[in-house]
Amino acid sequence: MMDESLDSQMTISMGPQHPSTHGVLRLELVLDGEVVVKAKPDIGYLHTGMEKLFEYKKYQQGIVITDRMDYLNPLGNNLAYVMAAEKLLQIEIPPRAQIIRVLMCELQRIASHMVWLGTHALDIGAMSPFFFCFRQREKILNLIEAASGGRMTPSYFRIGGLMMDLPAGFERRVKQFLEDFPAAMDQFETLVSGNTIWQSRTKEIGYISKEDAIDWGLTGPCLRGSGVELDLRRHNPYTGYETYDFEIPVENDGDVWARFRVRMRELYESAKIVRQALERLKPGPTKADAPKVVLPDRDDMRKHMDSLIHHFLIVAEGFNVPEGEVYMPIEASKGELGVYMKSNGGPKPERVHFRGPSFVNLSALPDMSEGELIADVVAIIGSLDIVLGEIDR
Amino acid sequence: MSVISEVLRSAKAVISGMKTTISQIPKEKWTVQYPDVPVTVQPRYRGQHLLHVDEMGKEKCVACYLCAAACPSDCIYIEAEDDPRPYEDRIGRDERYAKVYNIDYGRCIFCGYCVEACPKDAITHGYNFELSVYNRADLLKTKDDLLITKQKQSDKYRVALSSEDVDSEFKEV
Ligand code: SF4
Ligand code: SF4
Repeated sequence: MMDESLDSQMTISMGPQHPSTHGVLRLELVLDGEVVVKAKPDIGYLHTGMEKLFEYKKYQQGIVITDRMDYLNPLGNNLAYVMAAEKLLQIEIPPRAQIIRVLMCELQRIASHMVWLGTHALDIGAMSPFFFCFRQREKILNLIEAASGGRMTPSYFRIGGLMMDLPAGFERRVKQFLEDFPAAMDQFETLVSGNTIWQSRTKEIGYISKEDAIDWGLTGPCLRGSGVELDLRRHNPYTGYETYDFEIPVENDGDVWARFRVRMRELYESAKIVRQALERLKPGPTKADAPKVVLPDRDDMRKHMDSLIHHFLIVAEGFNVPEGEVYMPIEASKGELGVYMKSNGGPKPERVHFRGPSFVNLSALPDMSEGELIADVVAIIGSLDIVLGEIDR
Repeated sequence: MSVISEVLRSAKAVISGMKTTISQIPKEKWTVQYPDVPVTVQPRYRGQHLLHVDEMGKEKCVACYLCAAACPSDCIYIEAEDDPRPYEDRIGRDERYAKVYNIDYGRCIFCGYCVEACPKDAITHGYNFELSVYNRADLLKTKDDLLITKQKQSDKYRVALSSEDVDSEFKEV
């Protein structure tokens, strides 16, 4: 008996070039027929040594590296990084910059969830939602491009504020987007959520209990799909999230469908936050009053000698950050993105470490997929919403 | 649940899905037929750099190395030279100019830090984005490629008007 069952087992390698592993993830699957006996993620194909690179870059230069980690949520990464540095420097960010940060981050969250929904649906076999999702994402990328000049690598947030104020007509375009968005959501609800095939492919699959989810350190929608209400925007607020009115979607089933519902409901909440941020947007400065850290306005720099000197010093030598270490967690689109930053008092960080949500969430994959069918593994990977750029760093 | 009712429900799901899909066909197209149709870029778009000149055609760059210091990927190479001749004969606007100004596009990440750093507005991002070449050495662009008077602008992009509806109106550059 024993030998027979061993004979029927087969080890296959899924990835690293498999399209539904969302990048270069390799899974070692031990199969018994169609059933997964063991799953082991094998990562590192995209390792770029980013955390080491930070140690060789001035604080402000590090921002561009963060764009490339979770490339679906670059503004979230920017935010975590600059807030860690701001915490060390203890500078106050003016309200307009705070509101714009919230606005852009929530737009980015919608864009990130759109990619998740599109690729998740594509993995399970629904082709058209992918195109509809990418159309919505394209609108947001255009907005991000209008504000920052980059589409996937915006580097829009700077230590002490923003790169530039929003361009003229931006608010109107965001309003336009918000007006069209509910119709798009309805479309997704009919195409995806209301679809029986979708439901039978996702319900009661990839189950993880509340306790296990906590033990594995899951965060974000994966944790909330298992019935734990934890959202850092509410429970450890930053950039003024405590003043916004939004709900934290929680589902109790702990399966792929629950995680799917959490993200779908989050999309509505993000749109709600964007709308509130738009209403609050008042003219004002977008850079903190810290002449030794923040680049002066360009007009100022041309006219005043001291501004020019500050400009030269900041660009050429950077600014010294007081000695100390901080941990700055934010709620990125995939979960808790934490930045640990250690400064030795110089213009370059001594150590920067990222707690990437994708990395931690991926560790629960074996637990979720063992005992499931091989066809369901792609659904489970999709429901984890991982980005390999962040896992490998 | 019987097999028949399952099949019926799945068929219903497929039909309602197809209905949504087909209803999209007569609607406005979002896809751009690039390269037959130029793509729209936003005014702040960060494309290939332009080195600017003043009204008399004199280069604005004074070779202060600030852009090179700001660059996170160390891809700007400058050699400075003093040019004490009178303004009319000079290459640059000031008495110092960059004899060599190279950007290595194999390294550049289009972050815009050099543009932000330049105190003379001598370097900005243009909108050219088709930078692929057949030979890696060609990615090193010299002043001949970067100067605004010499860089050939592609006709594959249009720049959106910032104050108007950026998705539908254009300004020609
Ligand atoms: S855009 Fe960034 S990477 Fe490219 S040359 Fe300028 S500073 Fe360097
Ligand atoms: S481009 Fe600007 S920053 Fe760079 S060397 Fe010339 S003047 Fe200085």
